[in-house]
Formats: sequence, structure tokens, C-alpha cells
Amino acid sequence: MKSVCFYFKIHQPFRLKRYRFFDIGNDHYYYDDFANDEIVSRLAQSSYIPMAETLLQMINDSNREFKCSISISGTAIEQLQLYVPEFIDLLKKLADTGCVEFLSGTYSHSLASLEDPEEFIRQVKEHDDLLKRLFGVKPKVFSNTELIYDDDIAAVIASMGFKTCLTEGAKHVLGWKSPNYVYQAVSAPNLKLLLTNDKLAEDISRNFNNTAWDEYPLTADKYVDWLASLPENEQVVNLYMSMETFGSFLPAGTGIFDFMKALPRFGKEKGVSFTTPSDVVAKLKPVDMISVPFPISDIDEARDVSAWKGNELQNEALGKLYAVAERVNLCQDRRLKQDWEYLQSSDHFYYMSTKNMADGASHAAFSPYDSPFAAFTNYMNVLADFLVRVEEQYPENIDNEELNSLLLTIRNQAGEIEELNKEVKTLRNNILNADDSTNAPKEEVLEIVDKKDIEAPVKVRKKPGPKPGSKRTKKA
Amino acid sequence: MFGWEFPPHILGGLGTASYGLTKGMHANGNMEITFVIPKPWGDEERGFARIIGATNTPIAWRDVSWDYVNSRIGNVMDPQTYFDLRDHIYADFNYMRLNDLGCIEFSGRYPDNLVEEINNYSIVAGVIARTVDFDIIHAHDWLTYPAGIHAKNVTGKPLVIHVHASEFDRSRGKPNPTVFAIEKDGMNNADHICTVSDLTRRTVIEKYGIDPAKVTTVHNAVIPLDDELLNLQRKDTKDKVITFLGRITMQKGPEYFVEAAAKVLNKNKNVRFVMAGGGDMEQAMIRLAAKRGIADRFHFTGFLRGKEVYQMFRDSDVYVMPSVSEPFGISPLEAMEMGVPSIISKQSGCAEILDNVIKTDYWDVDAMADAMHSIITNKALYDTLRDRGIEEIHGITWEKAGKKVIDIYNKVIESRK
Repeated sequence: MKSVCFYFKIHQPFRLKRYRFFDIGNDHYYYDDFANDEIVSRLAQSSYIPMAETLLQMINDSNREFKCSISISGTAIEQLQLYVPEFIDLLKKLADTGCVEFLSGTYSHSLASLEDPEEFIRQVKEHDDLLKRLFGVKPKVFSNTELIYDDDIAAVIASMGFKTCLTEGAKHVLGWKSPNYVYQAVSAPNLKLLLTNDKLAEDISRNFNNTAWDEYPLTADKYVDWLASLPENEQVVNLYMSMETFGSFLPAGTGIFDFMKALPRFGKEKGVSFTTPSDVVAKLKPVDMISVPFPISDIDEARDVSAWKGNELQNEALGKLYAVAERVNLCQDRRLKQDWEYLQSSDHFYYMSTKNMADGASHAAFSPYDSPFAAFTNYMNVLADFLVRVEEQYPENIDNEELNSLLLTIRNQAGEIEELNKEVKTLRNNILNADDSTNAPKEEVLEIVDKKDIEAPVKVRKKPGPKPGSKRTKKA
Repeated sequence: MFGWEFPPHILGGLGTASYGLTKGMHANGNMEITFVIPKPWGDEERGFARIIGATNTPIAWRDVSWDYVNSRIGNVMDPQTYFDLRDHIYADFNYMRLNDLGCIEFSGRYPDNLVEEINNYSIVAGVIARTVDFDIIHAHDWLTYPAGIHAKNVTGKPLVIHVHASEFDRSRGKPNPTVFAIEKDGMNNADHICTVSDLTRRTVIEKYGIDPAKVTTVHNAVIPLDDELLNLQRKDTKDKVITFLGRITMQKGPEYFVEAAAKVLNKNKNVRFVMAGGGDMEQAMIRLAAKRGIADRFHFTGFLRGKEVYQMFRDSDVYVMPSVSEPFGISPLEAMEMGVPSIISKQSGCAEILDNVIKTDYWDVDAMADAMHSIITNKALYDTLRDRGIEEIHGITWEKAGKKVIDIYNKVIESRK
């Protein structure tokens, strides 16, 4: 019995509007609502909605034997909620069938895993909380932004409590090994790895309507045959594809939806089951360790992270952005935090790639900009404004640690004042009670004791005269 | 080859381009080139082409001795050539104003009686065409088209013309009818037409109604600069310098540069803008800069020559070419070779082959200002454009362009057999 896992990726970044340098400091809204609306709505109508309906039908027709998984980013969910809320309802329906597993990931499809582990953990938590709120399940399997993975990231993922992670079956990592097994991470042996089978995925995503392909046309019958005829021991095939493949890259007219609908029936005939990653790892044991010293991803021919970190422009932009990570996370300003989320989307850096510039390949195809330089200029302008706003929150000359302690003091001062007030009150009561010659009420005393416990660490941190200083800080 | 300018005595890009192309073709080997210019000065580079000056070509018989000729024009031409040419005078031009050698005096510039000078050039071309043995005629720009046609009529050899600029580019769409007529005549009579960019190619096809099959684009290249120029030292300045360099004329879009400068200075005071060059719009630009209140940070240098041009590049942080219509535009390539990041208009021909520059529409002052600001504030962008720009320019050679022209020659000669 072969297990086949489909992973459908849905991601949309908040695309930036044209933001000139003279807008810096004047305009704090960065997004191209019109383009975002247009793109998300168009994709939803041509691809997301028909595909979700197809999946729903497949699940129902197969008596819930067909299962698959979906990896959706937080920024995509936000935009779909804004522009195509009916799709979110469809996703809920899919979640309710119990046959669709939602994967964990970064909130904004960011590169935080490469840049800042703490921010990475925060984003994953944020993402998973959102999924829990919407679909009522907490994701158990992790798939990073474009499957970025290396040994260090594996350790972080494991530390968050994940037992399974999906990543790229990159040839330069696997060598002679087959991706159709379960592996484990060398840096975190408890983390099971599922590796994508690019060849079989591309046979659908690239070759399905490629008339020059020698296997054209691809039928469900033939495809399931290939899956079934894999060597006996190769028990799992992971097919990772962008949801847009269905209906957008491969328009409905190619018959792609009918192809999908036919899969479960042929699967049943030939002993191929379509399942979820959690089911797979519950069944199969890892066969070997995999070590990935340098980060891999599923992007570009090189399958590395050079699509986002391949030139000086991208490194500069990333460096400037993540330099303020700690600072932003200290802030309370909601809009600032939201922008922080959106600006991290890996897409912004992808647009700055100078790879294939001359023949303008896939980087240019997805980019709303004329050139990587225009992408960089626009992003840096937005970032400049963002940094000014971060700076306005707290002056730069206070270092993060000092700031942290000052903030704690401020937050605790409220409690302290309350405590003192209570003390005054009890003392007053005591005086009154003394007059009435009765005892102080027991509850109130207990409360004071509790409060004191909580505030104990604060008092240690307290500095001489923090009150006026810290207040000024907050205003600035 | 018929040309109008030749380095080092050049007034625009035409001379540089004709020189580079000739040298590039020579580098491909197996080629003898005679280059005719109105007036050689004697300090032109020889070796790859024989230079004949129209101003030294006799069109009427004068009985002069070898020694006399040698003393008069020996510095620019072998006296033997003079006598060879004298043997091929084809009509009596004594009614014209001639000098003691029976030659017409050419200015070699763009005088007011330019049309007359073009005509004279064509008369001289008749003598040269009868003297020199050649397989193909190549005429650079409209000034030499009549000469090319004349030479073709005399010898029956095929004519290739090279469009470095068209009247539509020079006049922002309001062509001078005389010039247009000369250009159109040249194109009609040519066996093949080379254009310096696809942009010019389209103009030739659409505005002059030429059969697309006989128009081919041969993009210009750059001649590697001397180490002397590359090693020029930068003058110490505190401020960033953004430069416009070129003729200050309508075609070059100087007003967009001033407007963009005003936008940048509005936000960032630590920048200086330089408008280098001369032209009929210079005074208007000085007034415009004053009107925008940026005259304290906006400087005019006047016309720059030779080394001054490269010193200007060396002192610049950004080079801007906002041309409204630029058939090719060689100066961004030179700026890039000097390591100066460039911003060019999408309406310039060189935008077709350059990757590591920022391209904006000439009228999009906001985008231009934004690009300027971005380069001077983001070191990463500056470094990227500088390093990759240098690398890119080294891959654009005249030799490749020369090869392309030779292929065209072969095709033209082949088709006539």
C-alpha cells in the first residue's frame, strides 16, 4: 500500500504600493490594495475556489478516504478574509471533514527561520493560533516558507514541539537516496522528515498541458500506475504544489480538475491511498538520518536560498529589517506590529533577485516591478518609513535591554500604585475597624500577599528615580 | 566609409561610434577600410583605417609639386594619395571656391551652411569613389548619405547606411523637411540600413516607411577607456554628486533632471546636482533651477572636453540621462565603465541592452527622483550597480558589433550576385 500526500500551498503577500522617498515620514500606509484585491480575487475565482470544491467533492465521493493537506500563510488568510470570505468558509468545510490537515508555517511566509530564530518562533505561534481560531485544529506538521530547511532550523522546529517536518527532496542533499521514505533530522532525531518528490509533482504542475512532453497526455490512470509501480519499499510520495497550479497555471480547460477527481478511484483499484502527513508518520518509521548543513528550499534550479539571499541588495534589506526585530516586539503599537508582519514576506526579497535578469525568467514573471532595482528602491523607502516609526516609539540611543527593564518598570508601576492604594485602604480600614474593635477582612489581606509575590522580581530591577524618566520615554 | 566626425575632434556621439565600429570591424580581420571625413587634423588614430580628408581631395586640376603638397597637407595625408585622387577628377569644378590645391575647404563641424557643405562633401565623394578600390559603401548619418548615394551611382557598389540618429529624435517629432528629405532619400537608395537600436529601427520603418527586411539593429558598444582616465582621482567632496552630462537640448530632457533634482533637494540637502554640457536650453535651465529655489545646489559647468568629461564622471555618484528620445546614448556606458551608477530613460536605445542601470520613463520625475535618492542613500544598491555595471560593460564590445556589420556586408554582396 503506497501512501501519497498532496500538499497544496496557498500564499499571498501584501504587495507594496509605489512608495516614493518623499512619502517617507508622511505616508504610513504601504500596501497596494487594488492590486492585492485584483490578484487574490482573480486567483480565488479561477483556482482556489474550484480546487477547494473539487477536493470537497473528492472527499465526499470517496467516503472520506481521500485525504490531503493544505499549507496556507497568515497573510493569505487575511487577504482572503478581506476579499473572498467565501473561500475561508470553504476551507472551514474542508477542515470539518477531518480529511484535510492544515500545516504549520510562518505567518507571513517570511525568512525569519534564516534570520532570527526568536522571531521565527513567534511567527509560527502566531500562525498556528490563527489556524486554531479559524479551523479549530492545532497544526502538528511543520512546513516552512518554501520548505526552507537546514540542521539549525530543524533544531528550532523540534524545540517548538513539532514531531514532523516537510522539506524539499533536494538532489544535492539526498544524492542516491530516494525521497519516498521517512527520514529523521540529524540535529533533532525526534523530528521526522518528509521529503517532496519533485519529479512526480512536476509531471502534474509543469507537464500536464505540455504537448511536447513524451508522456502527454497525462491521465489519472497512468499517473496512479506510476505511483503504484514504485519500488516495494518506497512507501510514501509527497507531492508539494502551489494551489494556483490548479485552475491558474493549468486552466480548468486542460481538464486538470477532472484528472484530480479521477485519482481516488484509480488509487483504490491499484492500492494507492491518498493520505495526510500525520497518518504517514504514525505508520512509518524513519529509515535514515539526513544532514543539511546549508539551507535548502524548493525555489529555483539550485534549490537553495539564493532566490532571497543571493545578492547584496537582498542581504542589505534583510539585515536592515531584522535589525529591529527585538525592538518591534517590545512595542505595543498594533499597526506597527502588523506592518512588521507584512514587510517580512519573502516575496519582497524575491522581487529583488538579479538572477536570470537578462532572460527575465520566473522571478520577473511574478514581480510587480520593472526590475530588481525598482523592487529594492521601493522596499527600502517603505522600510525607511517603518524604521522611523519604530524609532519614534522608543529612541534609538537606549539599548534593548535597558528599554526592556524600563518598560517592565512602567508596566509594574500601575500594579505598584494599586498595591499601595490597597495598603492605604486596608490601613484605613484597620483604623476604622480598630475603632469598631473588629478584625480586618481576611480576603483583602490575602490579596495583598498575592500581589507581593508577583511583584517581587520587579522591585529588584527598579532603578533610582525611574518614574519621571520612564514616563518621558513613553511619550517620546 | 563616409563619416562626419572622428576622434579626437568630436562634437557628439557620432564620431565615437563611427570610430569604435571601424576599429571593431578591423579587429575581425581581413578588411581594408578607407574612412572619409570632412577635415582631418592629423592627430587621428591610424593603423586600422586609411583616413582621407574631403578638404584635401582635389576636385579641380592644380599643377603642384610633390614637395609643395607634402608641405601643405603632408601631416594629414600621404601626398601620393593626393596625386591619385587628382587623376580621377571627373568634371570641371573651377567655378567653385577652391584653394591652391584645387580643394574645397571644409569646416568639419556643423556650420550654418551645413546643407551646402553636405553637397560639397558629395562632390568630393565622387572623386574618391573613382580612385579607391572597394566592395561596399558605408555612410554614417544623414550628412553623408548624399555622398554615399553618389558613390553608389558612380561605382554601382552596394550602399549600407548607418542611422545613428534620425531627425525625429533630434526634433522631438517635428522634423525639418530638408533633413527629412535627405534621410528618406538615403534610406530609399540604401541596400541595407543599420540602426543603433530597435527604437531607431522602428522609427525608420514607421516614420520613413522603409521595408523592415532591410533594416537591422546593430547596437553600439564602448571602447575600453585608457587607464589614465580610469585612474583619475576623485576630488574630495562632502556631498553626493548627481550629474547630467550631454548637450542641453530638447532631445536630452534636461528639464526633467532639474525637476527631479528639486524633489530630491526638498528632502535631502546633502546632494549637489551638476548639469554639464552646453546647448540651446542652458539658459532656460539656469532660470528653471533658480525658479525652483535650488540654484545653491545646482551647478552648471558649460561644455566639457576630453579629460574633463571623465573627471566629471569620476566626481559623480550618479549619472542621469533623461533623454526624451535617444537613438542610442553612449555616455551611460562610459559612466558605468567609470563605475558610476546610471539612471536612464526607457526611451533611450541603450536601455535595450543594459541591465544594471535604473530605467525610468523620462517624464516620470517622481520615479527618477526616487531612483536618485535610493542610490545615494543605499550603499548596497550603489555598490551593486557599480560592480555589476563595470562587469556588464566589459562584455559589450565593438568587435561584436563589427562582426554584425560584416555579416550584413556579406549578405548584401551575396544578394547582388
